[in-house]
Amino acid sequence: MAFISVFDVIGPDMVGPSSSHTAGAASIARLARKMMHNDLKKVNFVLYGSFARTYRGHGTDRALLGGMMGFATDDVRIRDSFDIAEKEGIQFSFEANTVETDVHPNTVDIEIEDVTGRKHTVRGESIGGGKVRLTKIDGVKVHFTGEYHSLIVEHKDHPGVIAKVTTVLSKCQVNIAYLRVYRETKGGVAYMIIESDEEITNSTVEEIEKNPFVRDTMLIRR
Amino acid sequence: MDFNTAQELINICEKENKKISEIMRLREIIYGERNADEVDAKMRKSLSIMKASAHTPLTTVVKSMGGMIGGEAFLLEKRRKAGESICGNVLTKALIYSQAVLEVNASMGVIVAAPTAGSAGVVPAVLFALAEEFDISDDRLCDALFTAGAVGSILMKNASVSGAEAGCQAEIGSAAAMAAAAAVELMGGTPEQCFEAAAITIGNMLGLVCDPIAGLVEAPCQSRNAAGASNALTSAEMALAGIRSAVPFNEMVDAMYRVGKKLPMELRETALGGCAATPTGCALKCSVFGGCS
Repeated sequence: MAFISVFDVIGPDMVGPSSSHTAGAASIARLARKMMHNDLKKVNFVLYGSFARTYRGHGTDRALLGGMMGFATDDVRIRDSFDIAEKEGIQFSFEANTVETDVHPNTVDIEIEDVTGRKHTVRGESIGGGKVRLTKIDGVKVHFTGEYHSLIVEHKDHPGVIAKVTTVLSKCQVNIAYLRVYRETKGGVAYMIIESDEEITNSTVEEIEKNPFVRDTMLIRR
Repeated sequence: MDFNTAQELINICEKENKKISEIMRLREIIYGERNADEVDAKMRKSLSIMKASAHTPLTTVVKSMGGMIGGEAFLLEKRRKAGESICGNVLTKALIYSQAVLEVNASMGVIVAAPTAGSAGVVPAVLFALAEEFDISDDRLCDALFTAGAVGSILMKNASVSGAEAGCQAEIGSAAAMAAAAAVELMGGTPEQCFEAAAITIGNMLGLVCDPIAGLVEAPCQSRNAAGASNALTSAEMALAGIRSAVPFNEMVDAMYRVGKKLPMELRETALGGCAATPTGCALKCSVFGGCS
């Protein structure tokens, strides 16, 4: 098993009442927020399993919305996230899906639209003790925890794109810890998830975006 | 410097002539993602959150989200201040603080999961009760949190601290074992005695089921945090007196995990058994979430 930090045991510092239903929910949404470049216009949360059945009593809804505004797990503004979102002009809604049961018990789909009209849907799972993972981006299966500096590249499935991207990273002295690629269909939309020990700079990302097959990038700093 | 079992950790402590807390802190600095200053600062922050959550509800009563708990710490403190408590100051204070943290947690206040949110009252309860009665500094309390963390990390590696996986014995039982070991080190016990206390604690909480009413972290979670804290103090007192657990810590951890795996799904945080499935438990669920005729 991987290294267990003392702060995995004594922690997380968090707004209660549940590490999985409150802290985990905030962390999933915060990760999803980091994937968007611009201010948010609209967000819809679809809750599954135990999330769907008990989200009100656990403050899962307030934690999700708080995370969507960038609040950390121990940020008391989570309690007032509905009011804060309204003041900031973010439209939000929650749906409980109790029909689909073939999912992890603590799953949420977050449908996000930013002020420029750009949309993404992210699926997250809260896997216990406040730990989370993102398992889908726009319907494509991924696996991603946000524990490293991460760059998500949305691109066309085309020969040579991966080599071009990794060349830019190597020129910029970024050491890749993990690299995973996912695609929906041959020649269709594909995702590259690059996790790195070093921070990836904006200029590196701009260089990558010059590639004509790259459609979008999402930089998530640890 | 890393360890998987209690015996490995005790051996390192003896070889280096250091306490469990010192080894755990060094291990964090060597293998973790923070340097020494960051590690110490983060632990101090956790301690200060724990302190606030253990004390605020003594004067300010807040109802929980589900409405099932709120005000228990206030009632206990009132009785203690009136000199009516039958438990003595250390135990009474531990009970009060354990209730307080769960009240803060259940009303969306800030707490430190230790190891989980539902068991977050046990470790601070024991530490602050001892600190106030024996004049222990915050620095030493931070050390005690490293000791608690060391025991918790062994439990996470070799068993589970999740109620959904292995019942309340794995959640509040683990918290109590962590608190017991921390208490022994604070009061001058050896690393071996820390694990004797932890082993006795787990043995005494073996089989405890996780059955939250309405699926919320309120009842019986809150009063079980009091049970965990008192269990930790009892076991620490026994270990400090030189009493040993009949079964060593690592075997006790295995036993706890095996018992947990044998618990039916209804008794592992699904709110389908135990207290949650009683007529009153079901009625409370209806009044919290509605939808019942």
